[in-house]
Amino acid sequence: MELPIYLDNNATTPLDPRVLEAMLPYFTTKFGNAASRNHPFGWVAEEGVDYAREQVAKLIGCTEKEIIFTSGATEADNLGIKGVFEMYHEKGNHIITATTEHKAVLDTCKHLEKLGAKITYLKVKEDGLIDLQELEAAMTPETILVTIMYGNNEIGVVQPIKEIAAIAHKHGALFFTDATQAVGKIPVNVIEDGIDLMAFSAHKMYGPKGVGALYVRRKNPRVKVTSQMDGGGHERGMRSGTLNVPGIVGLGKACELCRLEMDEEATRLSALRDKLESSLTTMEESYVNGNTAHRLPHVANISFKYVEGEGLMMAMKDLAVSSGSACTSASLEPSYVLKSLGLSDDLAHSSIRFGLGRFTTEEEVDYAIENTKKAVNHLRDLSPLWEMFKEGIDLSKIEWAEH
Amino acid sequence: MAYSEKVMEHYTNPRNVGTLNKDSKSVGTGLVGAPECGDVMRLQIEVDDNNVITDAKFKTFGCGSAIASSSLATEWLKGKTIDEALTIDNMDIVEELALPPVKIHCSVLAEDAIKSAINDYRVKNGLEAFELAKSHH
Repeated sequence: MELPIYLDNNATTPLDPRVLEAMLPYFTTKFGNAASRNHPFGWVAEEGVDYAREQVAKLIGCTEKEIIFTSGATEADNLGIKGVFEMYHEKGNHIITATTEHKAVLDTCKHLEKLGAKITYLKVKEDGLIDLQELEAAMTPETILVTIMYGNNEIGVVQPIKEIAAIAHKHGALFFTDATQAVGKIPVNVIEDGIDLMAFSAHKMYGPKGVGALYVRRKNPRVKVTSQMDGGGHERGMRSGTLNVPGIVGLGKACELCRLEMDEEATRLSALRDKLESSLTTMEESYVNGNTAHRLPHVANISFKYVEGEGLMMAMKDLAVSSGSACTSASLEPSYVLKSLGLSDDLAHSSIRFGLGRFTTEEEVDYAIENTKKAVNHLRDLSPLWEMFKEGIDLSKIEWAEH
Repeated sequence: MAYSEKVMEHYTNPRNVGTLNKDSKSVGTGLVGAPECGDVMRLQIEVDDNNVITDAKFKTFGCGSAIASSSLATEWLKGKTIDEALTIDNMDIVEELALPPVKIHCSVLAEDAIKSAINDYRVKNGLEAFELAKSHH
């Protein structure tokens, strides 16, 4: 077992060697521009892109013509949401989203607010799921789009996508989902789920960084987005820019591997995740964040009360994880996702996200369990809050000098 | 963001972790910060008849820089008189630990903890509390 151990697979995943192998020729011998229609170099590149488009389409149950390649999920989020807002502005200006969405969605919505959009930010329940009745109540004749993520990046909860899509459609709105964490990890089928637009990315599913895709439905209904990048009219005019052929080939291969190996991988990872989670929650005052029945197979988000996340990560030497603690970012606010669940700031500061992946072994999980327990105990020995808790002092009754 | 070697060193081998008897007249306790803000420091000093700090202990809930700042503070406090202790400035801690700008608040908290412990000691012994001149928060 090699150290350090990578357990941050929600941030990014390592490239699968099989994906790399598929990509390599497209950097060297097959270097052509996929838009060069008049010589074999272009044809070969285009062939690679076409094949990748099929591989991607097959994973999510759509046709090749419904895939637009982008630079990643952030761009796909921007293109999908802004593109719908511009295309359908005559129909209405209301968009519904949720407070736990990724910044790529939230900040895109904020941008549209400045341009006259009305945005409803649905709160989530304590388990991280949205309330379908609240969604239904928020729908208006002006609502053109509902955008709710598939699986959450911090806590892994999976929203009731089919039900959300049905509500959106019932009221004549389109349904967009950021499925970056879900595609390739759990079965996602745009037809069965009723998805009209969907963003996802290669580097979360063992593909390369810098490439992703937007699914745009072509039938029942035919959905259109205005392009956000003007130029040579690539991707049927919806996304100009020379295609990133090696990246696209890599995304295609990554999708194919996920389609073939997902079931087995999900079973294996959820067993390892459950082992990790049940071992760590035997420790006093540790809590799992988010719904545990509806979630991605490879994520565990746990708060260890009375220790601070960044300090804890420092003690978890040789483990690469992430924390909802403020100290991990430049801002002093802890994770807005965890706060949306109604978690107090101190519990949000105490959270650690473990993200398992294709290359995580049981030996590594066992090591992570021991290492984390040791770190939590070490930091609790250093924690005045733990000492006060053990003395039976009610910390909520203390007048803290807020700073 | 990587930590400086000195932060790592204090974090890995924190000095003077522990608890002094907060009810003793010779002990001053400072408890600063708030759990919601992600850092709480408790710093304690034991003072002899000559106003010399003979012992210092801390416990900190917070990031590595907060733990290192309080560890360093206890190290510096031991053997100093109260008057000398009052001259410890947060920027001394920043410099010693090479804290980056986003972690300066950890050093401020440590300075606050020192002053608050001294004041607790003074008030216990019938003296007036010093005005806490600095408030960076």
